[in-house]
Amino acid sequence: MKEILSGNEAIARGAFEAGVKVASAYPGTPSTEILENIVNYKEIDSSWAPNEKVALEVAIGASFGGGRAIACMKHVGVNVAADPLFTLSYTGVGGGLVLVVADDPEMHSSQDEQDSRNYARFAKVPMLEPADSQECKDFTRLAFELSEQFDTPVMLRSCTRISHGKSIVALGEPVTGLPTPKLVKNPAKLVMLPGNARVRHPLVEERTVKLGEYGSSAPINRIEMRDTSIGVITAGVSYHYVREVLPQASVLKLGMVYPLPMELIWEFAAKVKTLYVVEELDPFIEEQVKAAGIAVTGKEIISRCGELTPGRLRKAFGIPGAAQATVEKLPGRPPNMCPGCPHRGVFFSLNQLKAYVTGDIGCYTLGFMPPLNAMDTCVCMGASISNASGIVRVLSDDEKKKVVAVIGDSTFLHTGVNSLMEMAYNRAPATVVILDNRITAMTGRQDNPASGWTLMDDQTTGVDLVQLCTALGIRNVRVVDPLDLAQTRAVLQEEMNRPEPSVIITNRPCVLVKRDGVFQKGLVLSVDQDHCTGCKACLKLGCPAIEWQPAPDGKKGKAFIDPQLCNGCDVCRQLCKFDAIGRVQ
Amino acid sequence: MSDAITNILLVGVGGQGILLASEILSEAFMLAGFDVKKSEIHGMSQRGGSVVSHVRYGREVHSPIVPEGEGDILFGFEILETYRSLPLLRKGGTVVANDLRISPPAVLLGQEPYPEDLPEKIRAQFPDFLLMDGQKLAADAGNIRAANTVLLGAVSKRLDIADECWQKALEKMVPSKALDVNLKAFQLGRSL
Repeated sequence: MKEILSGNEAIARGAFEAGVKVASAYPGTPSTEILENIVNYKEIDSSWAPNEKVALEVAIGASFGGGRAIACMKHVGVNVAADPLFTLSYTGVGGGLVLVVADDPEMHSSQDEQDSRNYARFAKVPMLEPADSQECKDFTRLAFELSEQFDTPVMLRSCTRISHGKSIVALGEPVTGLPTPKLVKNPAKLVMLPGNARVRHPLVEERTVKLGEYGSSAPINRIEMRDTSIGVITAGVSYHYVREVLPQASVLKLGMVYPLPMELIWEFAAKVKTLYVVEELDPFIEEQVKAAGIAVTGKEIISRCGELTPGRLRKAFGIPGAAQATVEKLPGRPPNMCPGCPHRGVFFSLNQLKAYVTGDIGCYTLGFMPPLNAMDTCVCMGASISNASGIVRVLSDDEKKKVVAVIGDSTFLHTGVNSLMEMAYNRAPATVVILDNRITAMTGRQDNPASGWTLMDDQTTGVDLVQLCTALGIRNVRVVDPLDLAQTRAVLQEEMNRPEPSVIITNRPCVLVKRDGVFQKGLVLSVDQDHCTGCKACLKLGCPAIEWQPAPDGKKGKAFIDPQLCNGCDVCRQLCKFDAIGRVQ
Repeated sequence: MSDAITNILLVGVGGQGILLASEILSEAFMLAGFDVKKSEIHGMSQRGGSVVSHVRYGREVHSPIVPEGEGDILFGFEILETYRSLPLLRKGGTVVANDLRISPPAVLLGQEPYPEDLPEKIRAQFPDFLLMDGQKLAADAGNIRAANTVLLGAVSKRLDIADECWQKALEKMVPSKALDVNLKAFQLGRSL
């Protein structure tokens, strides 16, 4: 049976076929759909964790109990999960454990383009890298077998073009006969006190050597001999760009990118005249090949930045591309907050109050875009609060008042809670706005510990954010309706002026929440063209439903609201000083 | 089967249903016995940003993205995005586009005008250009929301894929309650 699957769907299928018992993840583009598809296999206990460290630790627990387990995350998620990962390398596994990491070369939806292959080497764990959806499925299955055979966690590395690309996959049958999970005491292996860890570390080093030997004879690493004048070592999606652009070249296609199969690399190098490494981002393979004393060209011709494309690869090899049509510079179309988004009025108010906004990761990072222009920093998940806590320590009393951290509900629960604990503990006088829209919106509306629902669609206890902030030691916790501009602005002003830590929680859901009754559309608004003076005040919201319509005869233009797009949030009506905007019954 | 690869680019604005259209295309190509690859970017582009989806089929497809300047068919859901994407198309390529304008932020804010005369500019570079009023045609088929399917029908006519593959792909990918309208919309587009 064949189906067209995305890389993420195929990894989910591979997990099912491998008999996975437990799957845990925190959403992150481009990895999110792995768990969203695994949950369709009812045999698997699938769940969202508050962050990637917790997701990996849940998987580790399931593995220690003897079940196969998978944890999935985007590249930067591994930074959060690195702590358990490095120790897991020493303990090894019970049931097979696979950590899927989806990199984002070109940063289509990320704050950096770190190369996760470095983690495999750093943590001394093997890493497989599929080149299409079929390999996503097959390598996921294989990763579980290798995990148990070599007593190691296995990383499976995808990237945006693999995770979100689709290709044809021949499905397989699920494995049978896996042992039933049960408690087995083995503290010398699983309690990583120094005495035990000193025994484990040499085993890890031996394991890496054995995995390298395995790789030299394993079918996932293969030599394809064609013309011998050019030989290319490559892996993942880059393999297909090489096949597209250099169809005559001989290729060593690596399915395991760490540890490298050095014997096979020597063999291939001896067979070809000029050797290249084609890889995105870091010279990960190239440096190891060079360190072995093999002459090879790589980053001399291929950039360390961004993703590869057939065109970029052609350029690297001096092959002319097809002639292309040209078009003049056009108005860009960057992403924007949705019409009726509850974040918009908050950022408008922060702009009006001339706040210095430490930002965070989510839809609301779009508060940076014009005309809102209300974000001044954005580092990583949870950093808004701790950055605010740090910045107020160096400012004058007058400037301290301007500092406001903004963070979403899901991001707050991810790593913002520790930051707020720090702020309360050390009494840093900044203001925190938790933009609670009841969902993890940016990655496609996933539930989180505050939403009251699980990934498997069971109702559960939701975190009470007011009580949580209070328990952390914040004395001033206020809840505001972000669609009420006057209230939002007044509360922001009061709390910014207060010389102690405070939290403001907004209480309107994301307009995209699918669950019935959570989001309720308001009455659509329209502009009375007779009353509109063309002052453009409503345009300062940057709402996609409001459009400026220039007058043809040199007169002043007017605003227009697209009734198809308007969600009736009412914020623009509150801004209009001429009562030109009204609700349509 | 020849080694030739056919390259299709679907372009428009996040939220227009581009991903579903590219999935129906991919499904039909697989049913016709071809190797298929498709690629696009999710995430930030869903929030009203530009979206480009690449679909390639043939005996064996390697790169999931269409090499620059090698697109055979540009399938545009919005006219500015269609024009913006012309550099992806090969010389003599085909353009099938919906005559729809969605203003980008700078136009909404009154900072820049929506570029004028785009259909004429497209035709000047690519004479094989079909511009259609997808919304109106979809209304004729019974539902204005089936505009994408009308366009898909028009694209299908330019591809050598059997009728039954399109039928099966639509049956698989379109929710059953909307199937009749979509099949009708598809045939309407195919007749253009």
